[in-house]
Amino acid sequence: MRQDPLIPMLAVVTDIRQDTPDVKTFRVVGLDGKKPLIHIPGQCAMLSIPGVGEALFSITSSPTNEEYLEFSIKKCGCVTDWLHAMEPGQQVTLRGPYGNGFPVDTDFAGKDLVFVAGGIGLAPLRSVINYVRHFRDRYGSVDIVYGSRSKADLVDYQEILDEWCKEDGISVHLTIDNPQPDWDGHVGFVPNYVKELGFDTGKTVIMCGPPIMIKFTLAGLMEQGFPRDNIYTTLELRMKCALGRCGRCNIGDKFVCKDGPVFRLDQLDQLPDEY
Amino acid sequence: MKKCPVSQLDALFASVAARQKLYIPAGEAKTAAFQPWQEGMKLTDALNTVRSAKDLFFPQVENLVNFKVTGKQIEIIENRDPSEPFVVFGVRACDCRSFDILDKVFLCDPVDTYYKTRRENGVIMTLACTEPEETCFCTAFGIDPTDPAGDVSCWMDGENLYLRANTEKGETLLSELPMLSDGDAPAADKTVFDRLPLKNLPLDKFGGEHMMELFKYEKWAGLAESCLGCGACTFVCPTCQCYDIREFNTGDEIKRFRCWDSCMYSDFTLMSAGQPRPTQLERFRQRFMHKLVYYPSTHDGEFGCVGCGRCLQKCPISMNIVKVAKTLGEETT
Repeated sequence: MRQDPLIPMLAVVTDIRQDTPDVKTFRVVGLDGKKPLIHIPGQCAMLSIPGVGEALFSITSSPTNEEYLEFSIKKCGCVTDWLHAMEPGQQVTLRGPYGNGFPVDTDFAGKDLVFVAGGIGLAPLRSVINYVRHFRDRYGSVDIVYGSRSKADLVDYQEILDEWCKEDGISVHLTIDNPQPDWDGHVGFVPNYVKELGFDTGKTVIMCGPPIMIKFTLAGLMEQGFPRDNIYTTLELRMKCALGRCGRCNIGDKFVCKDGPVFRLDQLDQLPDEY
Repeated sequence: MKKCPVSQLDALFASVAARQKLYIPAGEAKTAAFQPWQEGMKLTDALNTVRSAKDLFFPQVENLVNFKVTGKQIEIIENRDPSEPFVVFGVRACDCRSFDILDKVFLCDPVDTYYKTRRENGVIMTLACTEPEETCFCTAFGIDPTDPAGDVSCWMDGENLYLRANTEKGETLLSELPMLSDGDAPAADKTVFDRLPLKNLPLDKFGGEHMMELFKYEKWAGLAESCLGCGACTFVCPTCQCYDIREFNTGDEIKRFRCWDSCMYSDFTLMSAGQPRPTQLERFRQRFMHKLVYYPSTHDGEFGCVGCGRCLQKCPISMNIVKVAKTLGEETT
């Protein structure tokens, strides 16, 4: 039964992975055990548990994963508290996918890519990264700069170590905010690290993280001479419908839910800065 | 064109109401509303209703769907409010235009089927204006109050009600009414145009082209300064369509419903990550930018306001879209 876009479908959470102290990754399939919807990297879906609420989350798994969807979710509110407390086997409702997604098959094709992520900001980028890894020969070099408060706060750390770091042609640059005994990697904030790494300004930058990280990373990239039409980011605002109607995610003449969430920097320059 | 003597109006309404539910604008000026017609109910003396006819197509609260949660299992249960054919009589030209605006929001892909069902079930009978209210400014948006659209357009003089069907739905309705005879309405009195006190709004500067210039305009602070954030303007507005989706636990099932919301409220955009519109200035600006700039930018220049004047009448601090349009439209370069 699904005669209206606001009526969700049923899905079931088959696996829950504790990623960091406040981030869990939820594996979701349809009631038939198959992947419930087809998406492109960067798109989102509405998850809900009736009686608690409905909220929009980016799909962190790659479309090339044909078995299930994954959502990496930070515990920070009513719905997410509930999701963090539940157990595998729990049914949830799902609708989507929503948004434009990243231009993985058009603008990104053949380009050298630099991913810059902070904290839970890795969630939407992981979908793109694993898509790019799957179709590796379609893209140039791949650099991934990822930082978090501490080693324990790195989302998908095991996958990064076991898969991303071991792959040829992918350079992973991890950093944490403060030194700690069991960390021999880079220490420092993401914006400074990106500057230190000194990427070629012809590379395409794909960025997601807390506003403060975005702000200072951008300032650094501008200083280094990166063109604004070659930097992509993904926004997140409050949403109820995800159909461009409820009015919450309206920025200028765009709705983040349907015209975004992915925007190029030169596109954001044309919009009010209410995000 | 058809006509019916005004003395036969009750019979006409009774005949319409015998076939489907009929709503007419009734009641005293300060409480006039579209009400289900009953024997003896008279048309209001007020020019327009306090709330617009939007309510009949996009109600303040409506059920979306129910859920039954049992352990880890969820069941989805259809719980749509029933919708049946209805006629709404006496919609003014301004309110009729609001449906063009709402249609573009709700009927674009993917279609909102709740709204669509009501639009399909509803027959709109408009009524031409002969005298303006002091808060009217529909002509600023190219609306002719003497020649309203709708499924059936109506004109009333002292003796007759004249009716013209504009759509198939309208034709069908009129063909079912035995008391109608052929007759042409006298030429509309266009002098009502000259009597609209607020008709000259400087709207040339609005629309998508000047978005950032208007957004950054420094006079927003002064305009928004006294706004209480009460949301009265959004409540009475025929084109405001922002909504919330909420849930209610009936004890047996979870009822998920949709209700009107307002961009004027402080928690409208509140997130755990912060507040993109932190003060009333941003919220106030959002409402007027949406009507005068954002909506036209994506809808071929059509404004998201119909000049009905309800917000002018209801704002407790007498701030309104006319003052905003005048202040911004005259002074931007």
